[in-house]
Amino acid sequence: MKESDSTRHRIIAVFLLGCLFFTYPLIALFNSGGTIFGVPVLYAYVFGAWAVLIALIAFAVGRRE
Amino acid sequence: MTEAWLIALVSIGYLGLLFALAFYADRRADVGRSVIANPYVYALSLGVYATSWTFYGSVGRAAADGVGFLPIYLGPTLAAALFWLVLRKIVRISKVERITSIADFIGSRYGKSALLAGLATVIAVIGIVPYIALQLKAVANTYALLVSGRTTPVAPPPLFVDTAFYAALLLAAFAILFGTRHLDAAERHEGMVAAIAFESVVKLVAFLAVGLFVTFGLYGGFADLFGRAADDTRIAALLQPLEGAAGSYAQWTWLIVLSAFAVLLLPRQFQIAVVENVDERHLATASWLFPLYMLAINLFVLPIAFGGVLRLGDGAADPDTFVLALPIAEGQGGLALAAFIGGLSAATGMVIVETVALSTMVCNDLVMPIALRTRALRTRGDVAGVLLGIRRVAIVVVLLLGYAYFRFAGEAYALVAIGLISFAAVAQFAPALFGGIYWRRGTQRGAIAGLVAGFAVWLYTLLLPSFARSGWIPPGFLEHGPFDSAALNPQALFGLAGLDPITHAMIWSMLANVGIYVLVSLVSRPDSAEQAQAVRFVDVFREESGGVRLWQGEASLADVRGLLARFLGAARAGELLRSHARQRGVAIEALRADPDFLQFAETQLAGAIGSASARVLVASVAKERAPGLAAMMDILDETSQVIAYSRRLEEKSRALEAATAELSAANERLRELDRMKDDFVSTVSHELRTPLTSIRAFAEILHDAPDLAPAKRQEFVAIILREAERLSRLINEILDLAKIESGRAEWTAETVDVGGVVLDAAAATAGLFREKEVQLETALPESLPPVTADRDRLMQVLVNLLSNAVKFCAPGRGRVRVSVAVEPQALRVNVADNGIGIAPEHRETIFDKFRQVGDTLTNRPAGTGLGLAISRRIVRQFGGDLWVESAPGEGAIFSFRLPRPAVGGS
Repeated sequence: MKESDSTRHRIIAVFLLGCLFFTYPLIALFNSGGTIFGVPVLYAYVFGAWAVLIALIAFAVGRRE
Repeated sequence: MTEAWLIALVSIGYLGLLFALAFYADRRADVGRSVIANPYVYALSLGVYATSWTFYGSVGRAAADGVGFLPIYLGPTLAAALFWLVLRKIVRISKVERITSIADFIGSRYGKSALLAGLATVIAVIGIVPYIALQLKAVANTYALLVSGRTTPVAPPPLFVDTAFYAALLLAAFAILFGTRHLDAAERHEGMVAAIAFESVVKLVAFLAVGLFVTFGLYGGFADLFGRAADDTRIAALLQPLEGAAGSYAQWTWLIVLSAFAVLLLPRQFQIAVVENVDERHLATASWLFPLYMLAINLFVLPIAFGGVLRLGDGAADPDTFVLALPIAEGQGGLALAAFIGGLSAATGMVIVETVALSTMVCNDLVMPIALRTRALRTRGDVAGVLLGIRRVAIVVVLLLGYAYFRFAGEAYALVAIGLISFAAVAQFAPALFGGIYWRRGTQRGAIAGLVAGFAVWLYTLLLPSFARSGWIPPGFLEHGPFDSAALNPQALFGLAGLDPITHAMIWSMLANVGIYVLVSLVSRPDSAEQAQAVRFVDVFREESGGVRLWQGEASLADVRGLLARFLGAARAGELLRSHARQRGVAIEALRADPDFLQFAETQLAGAIGSASARVLVASVAKERAPGLAAMMDILDETSQVIAYSRRLEEKSRALEAATAELSAANERLRELDRMKDDFVSTVSHELRTPLTSIRAFAEILHDAPDLAPAKRQEFVAIILREAERLSRLINEILDLAKIESGRAEWTAETVDVGGVVLDAAAATAGLFREKEVQLETALPESLPPVTADRDRLMQVLVNLLSNAVKFCAPGRGRVRVSVAVEPQALRVNVADNGIGIAPEHRETIFDKFRQVGDTLTNRPAGTGLGLAISRRIVRQFGGDLWVESAPGEGAIFSFRLPRPAVGGS
């Protein structure tokens, strides 16, 4: 169960990071009216963080085929 | 505008294609080459989460409040991160226990409770109906838009020309075709899953096509689109959508929580993610591919919404239909049709899976537990057909309910608002389900109470207000509840105002649900079946938990086989028996209905009719049901508790016994005292009556015979005198004794010379001795140390002892000797006689009141019988004692001892 245990901890860490990404107060930092490359900051942030989180989940879970 | 017939043709053609695909997948599965045994297909099929709500509703919501649609997809992303830990556990449990639905899962966890499963089914059906209505509304509105360019009809059309009604019937037909063609023991529908995965691709492609068209066709990319949007006053406010107010962040957070629950708890999600799962390892891929799918389908929501507001913003189109209205407005008929098919995919996928899941629940967890009680079903040969029939009816009923809700309530809400009501309903399963797989202590009563409480709050704070808004209930209900009380306002319960209805309802319902679940679980004790299930669920990943068996004893193989044949069909039953025999390496003839086989049969049946019903059925053929290892341990636990209780009880009862014994002893003593008092009174009256009778008799003689001879007269008078004396002596002694006993006697403490007292007493009784011709000797040492006593009382004791001695001595030969000896601590006085002596059994009783040795009247010695009793009390008063030593015929020695004052004392 050793391998599974480290997977478990990685997954929980990623989950907690995700919770941090998408809740107050971090989300409030990007809740400004500005734009980045013409895209509203909040919108860009949410999608950017989302993509990063998905990549981290893929990394944490690993391949199981 | 597109021709209605074309739309109908394309739609039917598309659904036909889906069905062909499903049929193909089923055939492939039958030959063992499953198309859905693939992690990517699994992840795509999870995309059934994206319904019309996503396809049309997100744009509508984005047009109203910017990024507010996103939490609905961020929540599932966070949940997906935990798929490998949480969902895998649920999948494993469901495989081991042959779980067929979320209601079955919850019921099974809490002791295979049919009540709990039925309750969960009712909640799911009531909660999901608005969600189905939402799909019908989307199909009907978009169809109308595509045909006529208008969405909202002025008045609802008559039933037989209402698109939504036909859509409902069509979807029911498809759900029946996909979901209930045949009865699968594992409740799996390979064809349906393949079709759903395909639909996920279709809706994504369609949505991306519209998104690309709007962003890059109508505008010059994201920057251009957002730049123009920022210049528009209607949109500028949306670009910074989260207001600083706490309410806004609270809503954002609660929507994430709500949707994270929903992605696991919605009946269709449970069906696809858990029941239809082929291989646990697919979860690893799904946990990143599914969020990626959601990210992709949401990427163009804001551009389409802004494009829609910019071009169609002045009320020309409902924001909920921008996805379709934009291509139409731009004259892109083909793209519009593709968008419509995408929306249709989203709606049909959801409705098909949802109704199939709900029909399974209604059949297995609501109808069967009741139907199995009826005789007709118990005795019916083939029940498989009945099961399919029930499910088909359930599908139609659920869809018609959805249609009814849409028809009567749907217009009052946007798509997203309707969907959220359903999300909040299924979120009520969260405490019972997640508590159930991680917390062994959760009990059936706790789960039922929590579920009922949460659901009741949901009804009150979300469903009833939605009815009020639709005009079914007076609108005043929304402002001040049913009793005109501000505290009962359904959308600001107990004054919790300033929140949106969903956040408000979630806070209160979760508070009630979780609180009551935990509280009731802690105060109630689960029975052993419940505890066994708890162990099987919570410890599913531990090796030994799989070995827990709940069946013991045997049943007849024919009975079990008959049971399987009735519910799964004869062919399937035979196949199962063969495979089970193979698995155990025995010939099918050698198969016995032992506990393992019963367990196997129960699991197979659970797949078809739900765990609670399966247990009842197997129990009906198994002779005995006894708990397995874990249950045994729990029983041991229970037993040891019972033993502890009984030990405590025993201690209590021992203490009680002791107290009772003390009480009864005290009671005995009181009775004894009472008896003694009665005896005393009767003895005293008897003693008093004897001299009285004698006085009276002689007085009567003197009175009646005046001419009696003077000598006789003199003699009688003397007797009267003597008896009167005796009477007064008796009375004096009784009074004396009473005084001493009650402690009221007066004692004087003085220094007494015992020798002097002895001589005085001898002198006082000298007449008596002379009269009976008894010799009295006194033997006194030269000098005696003084003692402290009452001289008169001491005298009384000595006189009493001397007169007693005289009484028992024979006249003429009698000798009485009084001696005083000096001991280290005391003076001892002996009065010895050579009389008849005292038998050993009387040596103590002579000191009792009125006890005299010699019972008959003739043999009765003279005296009151109080003298010795008084004497002993007097001596004891001085701190000494009085006793007798004697042998019958050799006289008696009465002795008493008086303590000397402490040496050295003044």
